[in-house]
Amino acid sequence: MNFFRDRSYARWPRWSAVAASLLFASTSFAADPIKIGQVAALSGASAQSGEAMTRGLQIAIDEINAKGGLLGGRKLELIQRDDESNPPKGLIAARELIFKEKVAAFFGGLDTPVSLAIVPVVNKEKVPFIGIWAAGTAITHNGAKPNYVFRVSAVDALVDVRLLKHAQKLGAKKAGLILINNPWGESNEKGLKAAAEKDKSITIVGVEKFENNDVDLVPQLTRLKQAGADALILVGNAAPGAQVMKSRDRMGWKVPVISHWGISGGRFPELAGPSAGDAQFVQTYSFFGDQSATGKRVIAELQKKYPQIKGPSDIFSPVGTANAYDAMHLLALAIQKAGSTDGEKIRQALENLGTYEGLIKTYKQPFTADNHDALGPDDYVMVHFAGNEIHPVK
Amino acid sequence: MLFLVPALITGLGLGSMYGLLALGFHVTYAVSNTVNFAQGSTMMLGAVLTFTFGFTFGWPMALAIVVALLGCAAWGVFVERIAVRPFVARGSDSWLMATVALGIILDNVVLFTFGKDPRGMPPSVLTSDAISIAGVRIQFLQILIPVIGLAIAAALHFVSTRTKYGKALLAVVQNAEAARLMGINVNVAIMAAFAVSGLFAGIAGILIAPLFTISSSMGTLFGIKAFAVAILGGISSAWGVVIAGLIYGVAEALVTATIGSTYTQIVTFSLVIVILALRPNGLFGRAAAKKV
Repeated sequence: MNFFRDRSYARWPRWSAVAASLLFASTSFAADPIKIGQVAALSGASAQSGEAMTRGLQIAIDEINAKGGLLGGRKLELIQRDDESNPPKGLIAARELIFKEKVAAFFGGLDTPVSLAIVPVVNKEKVPFIGIWAAGTAITHNGAKPNYVFRVSAVDALVDVRLLKHAQKLGAKKAGLILINNPWGESNEKGLKAAAEKDKSITIVGVEKFENNDVDLVPQLTRLKQAGADALILVGNAAPGAQVMKSRDRMGWKVPVISHWGISGGRFPELAGPSAGDAQFVQTYSFFGDQSATGKRVIAELQKKYPQIKGPSDIFSPVGTANAYDAMHLLALAIQKAGSTDGEKIRQALENLGTYEGLIKTYKQPFTADNHDALGPDDYVMVHFAGNEIHPVK
Repeated sequence: MLFLVPALITGLGLGSMYGLLALGFHVTYAVSNTVNFAQGSTMMLGAVLTFTFGFTFGWPMALAIVVALLGCAAWGVFVERIAVRPFVARGSDSWLMATVALGIILDNVVLFTFGKDPRGMPPSVLTSDAISIAGVRIQFLQILIPVIGLAIAAALHFVSTRTKYGKALLAVVQNAEAARLMGINVNVAIMAAFAVSGLFAGIAGILIAPLFTISSSMGTLFGIKAFAVAILGGISSAWGVVIAGLIYGVAEALVTATIGSTYTQIVTFSLVIVILALRPNGLFGRAAAKKV
């Protein structure tokens, strides 16, 4: 509906838009923008994650459009829909993007349940769907063949491998798991056990669960301590994760804590208090520390477009921005390679991309027919809170 | 067995919380045979107000705590006027649902005023300093919580048995009509009981805040467990509910520490059912003699 309000269109004489609308919908017109969709939490408790991903996508889109767009001058246009972290709403949003907006491809958001709800419809309608945050293993490992779901983010099963590796790097041989009592915790319990099975040099000596509203986890931690745990593997969001840290602190137990990225949202440093920095957790990227040329360019672009960003500490939810930025560029390369906005052709192009020097890493054939995850355990970085900033672990 | 000591201390701390909230059920029940089912929400209000006054507004902590407690007492009175009295006056039991509804409304008002993001109290001497006894670290707050819980129960016991105000309150529940004839203002007595009930919940909220994260939903589970504790102890006995709170808290912590967290709720709530089957009026309650 905001056809004429759209800035990229305002530069075109009105008649050209009218002429375009007279043509058949399937006829590609040189000035037609390529619509790229995004389904994410743009309101509610996770709205910040949505904003972070939007920033990454928008920076990449601006770069591509500044270079003249794709497919002979067609500009990219981002069409956003809010899923409010609610799976049915996410599904409705996805259907709108596919059937009404006719997007070439679209990106997903923070919530694994929302992405899982979208998976069947994109595989049926053959529209590429690229996850840029949600880590649920089953999103890309969905059994469909061909599979139109891709991801540039962490994957639970691979995060679990990395968490155990990092525990060993810190000298641990006996891991105690302290997990949120929900499907996310369960999927990681499976993943961690599978990872320990393969990696014989670390064993899991205990598994304890906690609820979102648990106050004191001393009893659970006591069991793990009794079992001889020399590292804690934590899976949970910021608030309950903070209760784990405070309880550990209360016990005076100086055990290393290695965590999934759930604790990076919310106000973990405030909630956990002085020991917040003891938790080392996984991220796909950190804007702190030495930056590549791409990293410096992205930070500069972010500062230019969003003046409230003064430095890396103002880039909130950094993984969202970083994943989105690389994913958008990978998608653009695929569209160019496919020479079309046809979903089937874009999927094949994505599975056969060459090398791309991105923000998170240099991708060498990021996707194949069997592997739809561009990032693996060695691409993740381990970080911790230093005050309110997320710094890489030395 | 020494490794169980930290869990035991945890249990005593949480148990005192349950006991304090359950005392809130006890005071109003003793005077009016009604309760504010949403005690958990009142507890949350205490923590949220203290945080807002003390840290968002930057008031001195003592003032913030006093005003927050007054707010909780006022909320107790409000609940009685809006959700209890109109129904009791018409002989209806719907106050039960009405207090739950008011609690849910309060939770949601806090959700959009205080925000969805849980907040945390900055560390203070109560949580950062600890004493070490036989290798077991105990934070000051962990000692303070049970001490305050027991002190309040003792004070309540003293007031209700030794002072004329306490006796007046007890007279109301035995026979409201007779109490009125004796010159006791029944409405004021019931209002006072709800104010005290709100006050206790507020104290519990402030005590738990440094150990917990502050959010609109922080009181929900506490309220439910506290009600189980009140019934378990025998809601008519002040000491009974406090001791039941401690027993419940310790049982919860020890089950988690020995059998594992998967079984905690199953074992503790089964325990509640078994005890109530054996002692239908609770551990320390007496069967009320119904005069026909």
